Amino acid sequence: MLKDFFSKKKHASKPSEEAKQDIPEGLMLKCSDCGKIYYREEMRKQLYVCPNCGHHHQLPSDERINNLFDEGSFMEYDTDLNTGNPLGFPSYTQKLEKDQLKTGLKEAVVTGEGTINGFRTAFAVMDSRFRMASMGSVVGEKISRAIEKAREANIPFIIFTASGGARMQEGALSLMQMAKTSAAVQRFRDAGGLMISVMTNPTYGGVSASFASLGDYNFAEPGALIGFAGRRVVEETIREKLPEDFQTAEFLLAHGQLDDVINRHDMKKYLTTILDIHQAGGNVS
Amino acid sequence: MKQVLEFEKPVIALREKIAELKTFTKESDLDLTEEIVKLETRLEKLENDIYTNLKPWDRVQMARHAERPTTLDYVEQLFTDFLEFHGDRYYGDDAAIVAGIAKYKGRPVTIVGHQRGKTTKENIRRNFGMPHPEGFRKAARHMQQAAKFGRPIICFIDTKGAFPGRAAEERGQSEAIARNLMEMSGFEVPIICIVIGEGGSGGALALGVGDRLLMLENSTFSVISPEGAASILWKDGGKAKEAAEKLKITAPDLKELGVIDDIIPEIRGGAHRDLASQAELVDQAITEHLSQLEKLDKQVLLEQRWEKYSNIGSFAK
Repeated sequence: MLKDFFSKKKHASKPSEEAKQDIPEGLMLKCSDCGKIYYREEMRKQLYVCPNCGHHHQLPSDERINNLFDEGSFMEYDTDLNTGNPLGFPSYTQKLEKDQLKTGLKEAVVTGEGTINGFRTAFAVMDSRFRMASMGSVVGEKISRAIEKAREANIPFIIFTASGGARMQEGALSLMQMAKTSAAVQRFRDAGGLMISVMTNPTYGGVSASFASLGDYNFAEPGALIGFAGRRVVEETIREKLPEDFQTAEFLLAHGQLDDVINRHDMKKYLTTILDIHQAGGNVS
Repeated sequence: MKQVLEFEKPVIALREKIAELKTFTKESDLDLTEEIVKLETRLEKLENDIYTNLKPWDRVQMARHAERPTTLDYVEQLFTDFLEFHGDRYYGDDAAIVAGIAKYKGRPVTIVGHQRGKTTKENIRRNFGMPHPEGFRKAARHMQQAAKFGRPIICFIDTKGAFPGRAAEERGQSEAIARNLMEMSGFEVPIICIVIGEGGSGGALALGVGDRLLMLENSTFSVISPEGAASILWKDGGKAKEAAEKLKITAPDLKELGVIDDIIPEIRGGAHRDLASQAELVDQAITEHLSQLEKLDKQVLLEQRWEKYSNIGSFAK
């Protein structure tokens, strides 16, 4: 089958620090999977999905938002929350500043609302270019507030996750963001809200083990790596070589952990269908 | 042979010296009572100095002490009619988590806790207290029942973390933890969570969402092990001691950060010195907090729980 032909090349390797930085700079872009070289602009038009092998590269949050939401409908939430250095952790502030400069983002998640083919939706998009989208106080707070806003406005909530996990430099404060965001999901659920989680590469640790897994529907992009513990840690623990496709979206789908794997090009249409079905039959207005 | 921790070696040495002199006095004509009294005074002062000035790394050692009381030790001391129940109904029974029902001073409660072993054999059986998804799902099942029957839930936290293995990943470790966090935030019964040893990351938090998060004085609660943090941040697992300081994983630090609600004092020298006395201190804490929580209306209880979690975090001005 044609599908099988493509699925062979869907494994995303976790991008190295250099590979990640390849994306915002330079005129040309090389597919990290098949090695084919494209003009950046061409790749951008393809939503960073390799036209040759279908590999899904990292998609900057602003491009995802522009692609998904109807023109002019996007309104950002909580732009005034700033990350501090609560533990006084060495070089944390410098690392934040460096990534702010690199990405133009203040933190690793953008939250807000907009319409998707006319359906009003609250959302959060995590951006792994910023500190590997690890979750500290601000990330947890913004996501939690966005879910609360969806609850108050009685609109669906969609989250695109990507994260290396909890943000170590904020210690247990970052760990507790898992509890905070999950508690927000519970309140939203109690109110009958629709939550859709779309996991993108990579979604690990404290993010995977909280809101990312708590959608009414959990999806992933092709080849996205998703798990609790990282591959290296698992290999070291069990002293065993893992299969090549371990923790890929397709592996999770086969193990019953996902509702489906959705190609980025089909995402808007797919989400629109879900929103439409829930508008017709569910509590969401 | 009792496990001796690095920082308490001077105490142990002095104790042995005193014991030696006592034996000597008894067996010979020489009276060393004066000398013994002097040394005992010095021991008192030394113990005081060492145990009231524990560094984070000392507490890590204490929290990991092989003879430190475990969940089942406290259950035996504090509860009556304990019945342990098994299995998650989907896959298996995870011995790294124990769960069941009991009475606490006459009232029904549900108990859930990580369970590590004290011997190698028992540790292997209990996977060193590191749960698989079925452990978290067993916990969830019992907490759901507690909510159904209106019983308070007491959770004991004592784990290095959720087990990072292949099977755990295949069966949805992330989902199992996430679901516990979510559901625990919504159970309409009082939930008291007590960190008794190590509180490692998501695997600890999966039994740690409730109305009160308490820590024993020498327990730890952390987003990552000091060794793990050191190896990621500085590519040097040997810098664990430094990481333990920077990560703020001790009870006093976490109280200050607003992560935990209260500290349960430990007897001098650590909980493993005297289980019965330590259990009394845990008992006092449970009684105090439970009586506060039992007075609350369900809606108020849930609203306060949400407030508590939604306020945890720190932002720049």
